[in-house]
Amino acid sequence: MDHPVERVRVTFGLSGPLIYASVLDLGRLWERLLRRAGVPLAYTQGYSPHPRFQFASPLPVGYSSECEVMDIWLDRRVDLKELARKMVGQSPAGLTVREVAEVPLPAPYPQATLRAAEYRVQLESPASVAEIDAAIERLLAQTSIERRRVRKKGQLQSYDLRPLIHSVRHEGVDGNRHRLWVDVQCGPRGSGRPEEIVEAMGVDASHVAIHRIRLVWGEREEKQA
Amino acid sequence: MQLSEERLHELLANVQKPLRYVGQEWNSITKEWADASVRLVLAYPDLYEIGMSNLGLAILYDLVNRHDDWLVERAYAPWTDMEAAMRAAGVPLFALESRRAVADFDVVGFSLQYELNYTNVPNMLDLAGLAPLAADRPAALPVVIGGGSGTYNPEPLADLFDAMVIGEGEEVLPELLAAVEAFKAEEGAGGSKDALLRRLAAIEGVYVPSHYAPREDGSVTPLGEDAPASVRRRIARRLGPVPTRPIVPTMQVVHDRAVVEIQRGCSRGCRFCQAGMIYRPVRERPVTEVLDAVDEVLANTGHTEVGLLSLSSSDHSGIAEIVQGVLARHEGRRVAVSLPSLRIDSFSVQLAEMIQSTRKTGFTFAPEAGSQRLRDVINKGVTEDDLLRTAEAAFSAGWNRIKVYFMIGLPTETDDDVLEMARLIRTLQALGRKVRGRTVDIGVSVSTFVPKPHTPFQWAPLAERNTIERRQALLREHARGRGIHLSWSDWDNTWLEALLSRGDRRLGRVLLRAWQLGARFDAWSEHFRPDLWRQALEEEGIDARAYTARERCIDEPLPWDVIDMGVRRAYLLREWQRAACGEVTGDCRDECRGCGIMAAYVSAGDGADASWRCP
Repeated sequence: MDHPVERVRVTFGLSGPLIYASVLDLGRLWERLLRRAGVPLAYTQGYSPHPRFQFASPLPVGYSSECEVMDIWLDRRVDLKELARKMVGQSPAGLTVREVAEVPLPAPYPQATLRAAEYRVQLESPASVAEIDAAIERLLAQTSIERRRVRKKGQLQSYDLRPLIHSVRHEGVDGNRHRLWVDVQCGPRGSGRPEEIVEAMGVDASHVAIHRIRLVWGEREEKQA
Repeated sequence: MQLSEERLHELLANVQKPLRYVGQEWNSITKEWADASVRLVLAYPDLYEIGMSNLGLAILYDLVNRHDDWLVERAYAPWTDMEAAMRAAGVPLFALESRRAVADFDVVGFSLQYELNYTNVPNMLDLAGLAPLAADRPAALPVVIGGGSGTYNPEPLADLFDAMVIGEGEEVLPELLAAVEAFKAEEGAGGSKDALLRRLAAIEGVYVPSHYAPREDGSVTPLGEDAPASVRRRIARRLGPVPTRPIVPTMQVVHDRAVVEIQRGCSRGCRFCQAGMIYRPVRERPVTEVLDAVDEVLANTGHTEVGLLSLSSSDHSGIAEIVQGVLARHEGRRVAVSLPSLRIDSFSVQLAEMIQSTRKTGFTFAPEAGSQRLRDVINKGVTEDDLLRTAEAAFSAGWNRIKVYFMIGLPTETDDDVLEMARLIRTLQALGRKVRGRTVDIGVSVSTFVPKPHTPFQWAPLAERNTIERRQALLREHARGRGIHLSWSDWDNTWLEALLSRGDRRLGRVLLRAWQLGARFDAWSEHFRPDLWRQALEEEGIDARAYTARERCIDEPLPWDVIDMGVRRAYLLREWQRAACGEVTGDCRDECRGCGIMAAYVSAGDGADASWRCP
């Protein structure tokens, strides 16, 4: 029990009620799900043991996703197909298990080499396609975009959003619902948030729905210590 | 009316803790609306995270869902940010499962557990688009009912409810739903409310407030043949099945664990304790049933902690077997066991040692009063010697932290009793330092006694504010030292709890007025506005002191006399008189003390159920 013997990478989607789950809520949810499924979870040692899993990148509350990644460490080897079947059987509404794969035990943590994330942003706006395109062009033409975000303890901290934006595209429109595709930096050196981009574009948007499509890992990133 | 998922997401965009409002948790059940013959919404007048920790609602949710034709959903009080968003968008209170409007259900059933939640009842009805007063709701359906310990003095809420369930819901609710089902089938949508209420009044354990008129003295009188002189509390002869597929909340709730009720009722007879009187008789769940239920509930929820619930855990005759059994069956699976309400004895320390290998939480016990004289008055049945030996055993077993519960404002209490309490606290601190060789942490929680209906102290007054504040100051002065942490209840909270728990039907107008003035979530300090209550009392011309500060005469009619708890008034009175003389009454498992339960619930020639602990 002291040394996990297998590590499994789970890719899953979050939608419906679970878009409001914080990373803490999801940790509890997964622990309970895996216990119900009878998965031999490895626990950390020490005063208050907790199950060993790592999320690649906590999804901001309110976002949906089809590409969340979590590694779990197990005390016993399991059949992956059986594991996936059990997970699906114990998944609450809003959780979709998409892929289960073995990862070598010494591989870096999933968050360590994460580089970028792609999002689909749906916004309701009276603006025309041309106006949105122009807003994107203006946004990308800037060399720095100062934004403030609330850090822990409620203080505001300013940061430059521009270097976090890789690319923004207008994908299509249906009535007043515009679809944008956004590619931002995501990982240990900072993450760009799509709703900040929408705000920085300065378009009049009433309802914004953000969906994470893809996480991108980089080969050249620093190795885990 | 059904709220779309998209509109819900819009509402939640700027609301704290949106998981309170989205439902679809693991083990929640959404039945087909059109297929149900009766539709019940269980409403809890507090936040989701409080209501989801209530075992009674989990039992009823499970029970009603077992009937294929019946549908049950949940609704909680939205926090003020969500309420504002809903009112601004014109969205009525909805049930979590189907997101249908609460007003679309046949039965709206409120769980009434705590007086400081009461203003959330009219607020939730209003949010649902229903008139808060029963008399202003002419249609038969939805019928608004209340249940839970709050109904044991139904009068302050009587004007809001069409009917109230008196006693254990497992017994009454299925009969009530069957009656509503029959009413719908036989009378159709146009059936009259009078006809429905007559059907409900015919069920044993249902109180229909409109069938009674208040008297000048605060009691009520039956208005016609449909109204029995009193309504007797219903009880389950034996504990029903454990809900082993309870809903697993996604957000953190107050009691985030699996729960198995191992025993209902308590045989100790503490004179201040309402639970000890109103949940009689003591009914034990057999050991094997408990162990199997624990296995199932852990397997079905994935919880890492199971609470073995009762009013006095160490009193279950098989408690050691239960604790050892749970630990043995789940060894190596990291399951924590919690046992609330341990007695003050060394056996309890042994039990606590078994379940807590890490000593993470403090060891808790409740001497309630500081002096032996006062502990005898309240019939606590614990000596200072018991207390010190138990504390010493806990310190020796490795606890550095203990938590002690006391009350002030008890009948006959003097400042000397409070000084004794301070001395006892300092003795505990010194004992801890001696045993542990370091400063120990002594958490002392001092609440203010509220005389509750259906207890031997129901005739007692609430202590005066200046008395309470002086005694709190005495404790601050005399019970201090390294490691001692005192906490106490706020006077205004205590006052309002006393007012509402001891009130009569006139207080319904005050409640409604306070709500109209803006009172809600009174249990939450950020929202509690005692000034609104004082204003409401003044506007309605009601003197609160007549309810709180006055000792009631023993021959005076009481507002809650219409409710027959199965415990005799003569027994309560005898205990009240014994209290005055400081005479202790022993545990009723040793010898029957004649409280009346056997006479009320056991017919001649028939014994008590084997699960009862009545001798």
